[in-house]
Amino acid sequence: MVHVEGETPVPLLHARGLSYARNDESIFGPLDFMLHRGEVVLIEGDNGSGKTTLLKVLSGLLEPATGNILLDGEELTLARLSHQVALMGHLPGLKSDLSAIENLDFTIGVFGLRPGITPALALASVGLEGYEDVAIRQLSAGQKKRVALARLLLVPAALWLLDEPYANLDKEGIDLVNRLLDAHARRGGAALITSHGAYAFTTGAPRRLPLRSAA
Amino acid sequence: MRYGTTASACAALIRRDLVLTWRRRGDALNPAMFAMIVVVMFPLALGPEPNQLARIAAGILLVAILLAGMLALDNLFRSDHEDGTLEQLVLSPHPLSLLLASRIIVHWLTTALPLIVVAPLLAEMLHLPRSVLPVLLVALALATPLLSLLGAVCVALTVGMRRSGMLLALLVLPLYVPVLIFAAGACNAAQAGLPFLAPLLWLGAALALALVLAPMACAAALRISIT
Repeated sequence: MVHVEGETPVPLLHARGLSYARNDESIFGPLDFMLHRGEVVLIEGDNGSGKTTLLKVLSGLLEPATGNILLDGEELTLARLSHQVALMGHLPGLKSDLSAIENLDFTIGVFGLRPGITPALALASVGLEGYEDVAIRQLSAGQKKRVALARLLLVPAALWLLDEPYANLDKEGIDLVNRLLDAHARRGGAALITSHGAYAFTTGAPRRLPLRSAA
Repeated sequence: MRYGTTASACAALIRRDLVLTWRRRGDALNPAMFAMIVVVMFPLALGPEPNQLARIAAGILLVAILLAGMLALDNLFRSDHEDGTLEQLVLSPHPLSLLLASRIIVHWLTTALPLIVVAPLLAEMLHLPRSVLPVLLVALALATPLLSLLGAVCVALTVGMRRSGMLLALLVLPLYVPVLIFAAGACNAAQAGLPFLAPLLWLGAALALALVLAPMACAAALRISIT
């Protein structure tokens, strides 16, 4: 990316005064933060501090109570969702009767395809070579997580919102997530991730976004 | 960078649902089996008198098919909701109503079409006069998609709840009453030798309206119930 000297680049994600309330009970916020391309930010907070809710609001799934979200300088609302955002939630979003490849083909049909990658390549890069035609129901929880990660590699989204990406993964899987995040950041993408534990990133400590319960 | 178009998204959804139905093709026959068993119960309860059965055949068939369709409704969004696919669909930047319309069309194809296919057999079992059968089939062809569309809106409203089966029935059945009245009205008129076109045209008009409005209502209801 080329930026004019002296001009600050438009952040990929800019939250302004963002808060969310359920039935008048505040869940988090108001929050102000920016996420630039190439950054990976860890959202820290205790159980119930609203980490998952924050990701859902940022993805456009939930309407914020106050504030707004700017994606590349343009407002993101429920009516104007973007191809630039990919959410990986607690649920893998995979059909258990379909094979890994069939699930990924469905994702490509809905969200599109990043250039230079195929479903088979994506599966190979998450360590699931040879599992292309195995039904999802026969995979372990960790393997399902890897298929969900393969989906992130395929879709053209620049902003990854990952809810507990390390859950269910073995040590090797955790390294895999870190490598994928690094590669994504180097490609000009950005990611917001939530995690209970502190994990060492391969390249130094990540920026942290503390989230405190509003109560 | 290739982004998914709305057409490719709908095509992917239709292809996925057809493959899923094929993988569980035994389940797809359940509504037809249910309707068949309900229909068989009436001669057992009322006696096998052909004239008596013929008089009420169209009504029994329509109610049995309507109930079978209602039982099949619960599956419309439930599995997608439970495994998180629905969340991904809602997040996709395509018009949700079009995605849901594709989903409803496949649901109709895989649950209601088998019912229409077994309808002549059920009609024969109840001694429905042969001359009424074409009217019954046209009425079913118009009424079942209408039932799927109306039902989908109610399913979308209840998808976030656990054990919503009875609530769904209470929401759906009042909406099904007008459809039943027009479909049965056409069949009864045909059986009595009266003009039967008007109720069929009403069904057609309602179907045209529901085809446009129900997917939008469904999308709005789904957004409410998953948040």
